[in-house]
Amino acid sequence: MLTFTLRRLFLMVPTLLVIALAIFLLLELSPGDPMSQLPLSIPEDVREGLRAALGLGDPWYVRFLRWLYLFAVVEPSHMLAAATGLDNLAIEGPRLISFQTRSPVADLIMQRLPQTLWVVGLSYLVGTLLALPIGIYSAYRQYGWFDQFGVLISMAGFSLPSFFTGPVLILVFSIWLGWFPTVYDTMLTVSDWSSFWLQVRQMILPVAVLSLLNLAQISRFVRASVLDNLGQDYVRTARAKGMTERVVLLVHVLRNSMIPVVTVIALGFPTVFTGAIITEQLFRVNGIGQLLITSIYASDVPTVMTLSVIFAALVVFFNLVADVLYGLLDPRIRYD
Amino acid sequence: MPPRGLASERNNHWLPHPYPGVGFTDLRPLLKETDKMSNSHLEKPTTAGIHASAPLFEVRDLETVIHTRSGTVHAVNSVSFEINAGETLGVVGESGSGKSVTMMSLIRLLASPPVELRGGQVLLGGEDLLKLDEGALRDLRGKKVGFVFQDPMTSLNPVFTVGFQLMEPLRQHLGMSRRGAHDRAVELLALVGIPDPARRVDEYPHQFSGGMRQRVMIAMALACDPAVLIADEPTTALDVTIQAQIIELMRELQSKLGMAVIWVTHDLNVVREIADRVLVMYAGQVIEHGPVDALFAQPAHPYTRALLATMPRAGGAKQERLRAIEGMPPILTEAPQSCAFRARCGHARARCAQELPRRQPLSNGHDVACHYPLREVAEHV
Ligand SMILES: Nc1ncnc2c1ncn2[C@@H]1O[C@H](COP(=O)(O)OP(=O)(O)OP(=O)(O)O)[C@@H](O)[C@H]1O
Ligand code: SF4
Ligand SMILES: [Mg+2]
Repeated sequence: MLTFTLRRLFLMVPTLLVIALAIFLLLELSPGDPMSQLPLSIPEDVREGLRAALGLGDPWYVRFLRWLYLFAVVEPSHMLAAATGLDNLAIEGPRLISFQTRSPVADLIMQRLPQTLWVVGLSYLVGTLLALPIGIYSAYRQYGWFDQFGVLISMAGFSLPSFFTGPVLILVFSIWLGWFPTVYDTMLTVSDWSSFWLQVRQMILPVAVLSLLNLAQISRFVRASVLDNLGQDYVRTARAKGMTERVVLLVHVLRNSMIPVVTVIALGFPTVFTGAIITEQLFRVNGIGQLLITSIYASDVPTVMTLSVIFAALVVFFNLVADVLYGLLDPRIRYD
Repeated sequence: MPPRGLASERNNHWLPHPYPGVGFTDLRPLLKETDKMSNSHLEKPTTAGIHASAPLFEVRDLETVIHTRSGTVHAVNSVSFEINAGETLGVVGESGSGKSVTMMSLIRLLASPPVELRGGQVLLGGEDLLKLDEGALRDLRGKKVGFVFQDPMTSLNPVFTVGFQLMEPLRQHLGMSRRGAHDRAVELLALVGIPDPARRVDEYPHQFSGGMRQRVMIAMALACDPAVLIADEPTTALDVTIQAQIIELMRELQSKLGMAVIWVTHDLNVVREIADRVLVMYAGQVIEHGPVDALFAQPAHPYTRALLATMPRAGGAKQERLRAIEGMPPILTEAPQSCAFRARCGHARARCAQELPRRQPLSNGHDVACHYPLREVAEHV
């Protein structure tokens, strides 16, 4: 298992290089121009100068290799320096700069990451943690009132898009009831209990919208998997041995049901960073999803490129995580 | 060594022993002992007449219905039988005749709803299992009644080791420590003839062959030394050589442990080989019952006779066409009021459509549920 994991980790490198190149070439083909947002009054020769300053005049492979060097070597060195406080770790020289903001892409990401992790990550966690018991219980009491109610909730979660549930929740809880703020305040820093309370209050609505979505999907999946296993012969064997229903459900059935479920949960994890674009826009949570959107509008190629490759890396990595978890849970799988 | 001495030795061993690990070595000579005698016990002890007192396990008028979308299926209709320690009861019948539903009703293993146990008694040591609450019933499942299922490939949990699954009943029912249960699991694997049990105990079901898995299932059913072992087609999913091995193993274990065995099968050759008595089921009813020899020699119910005629026989003088019974067994949507075999019976008369035949004694221990039982000796034997 360890050698498998290491081999797969190692294989991630060429995979990601190919992905990065593909993304780079796609962006190359796209018609956007980073100068398009500048006022029309700026003369053409000045524009050319700006282009040259951004390194846009070089052939594509030079630009790709430059991006790669900045992405894989320079930026990590700065992050390492910031994390350890050892300034001399940071490599001198140009950084991976966003066209749009003129600040290093890494800094942008670090600014946006907390919101994304707090709001979107927490929703995924809440959704998943609620989905497991709900899915298990729904399956165990199939067609019971709890299950019927669960079907209703997840149908709602599935079929109502977040650009519908979001405004409805804002209307009811923020505007009519006035319980929660309408807009997420990114500048809020938690320093004491009252600001912590404010932070919690402004997080509740976006977390609720996103959790519902995750909850709906994962709980249905858990339910289906548990139901499938409850019908298996080994369940009857366990009962015939005199095992309690608790053991039958939470030991025998659960372990088997989790095999497909962990895969889905792990594969869904990267969507924490991409899948919440609409919700981030709705609640003005300027997380990473929102950064990607604005960068695309602004033809901010370095930022779009970097974010895309990071997403790709997450997807590839969580694929590996899913495979490893699968192998750990199912003894029939041997990666050798 | 006389069987009596063996039995006492066995009893010592099979007490829930307080010293984990002690039992392992003294098992080997025991195994060899029975290997030697397994060939010599062709002659079965006759149990008829010995037990004047109440039988070990008694089923009276068991009624099970299944509520389905298309109506209520009467799957088990007034089934009665009894069995004593050391005895083997063979249960035969076509597919769909209610054998499995009957067996699972005994320890209420079927989901309710849709299954409803309408009536009857299942008496084990005088206690009615149908009246027990869930907790008491659980304490009994796997402890006093062991169950072996048909398909060993799916009946074991694929994600837990064989040892874990063997240890579960030991820990639950006998309150053994983890170590003690582990040691006993190794012993049990040795008992059912799995080579290198100390290593294999930590392996997963997929690492075992079909026959070996069925041995594991048997070990699991026997873990707590049950009084009754119910085997629902334990060899149907296995190929013929493995089948013979499992049958031999069961025989051996029964002579060693002395439990009562209910063996469900549709293979009449198997019944003939292992059973003391046979119960023939049709449409959820017992239509004939008797000692193996009497029933095979003189099947009195037309259905039994037809069933025996379908039996492929080794060394038959002329190559006879394999006869199948015409028609299908009925699915009863009401409690039977007439003979359920009527539509397929060559001897049916008016009374058969008007009155439900009840089980009536023919000769010693042989009874049949037919208005016009056949008296002549079967021509097929
Ligand atoms: N869950 C169920 N729902 C509806 N009907 C059922 C169910 N289980 C069993 N039955 C019906 O009960 C009857 C008896 O089935 P059972 O499984 O006991 O037969 P069997 O004798 O064990 O057959 P086989 O030899 O195929 O195992 C059949 O008519 C079957 O259709
Ligand atoms: S009761 Fe009548 S129909 Fe039924 S088996 Fe006997 S003879 Fe045939
Ligand atoms: Mg069956």
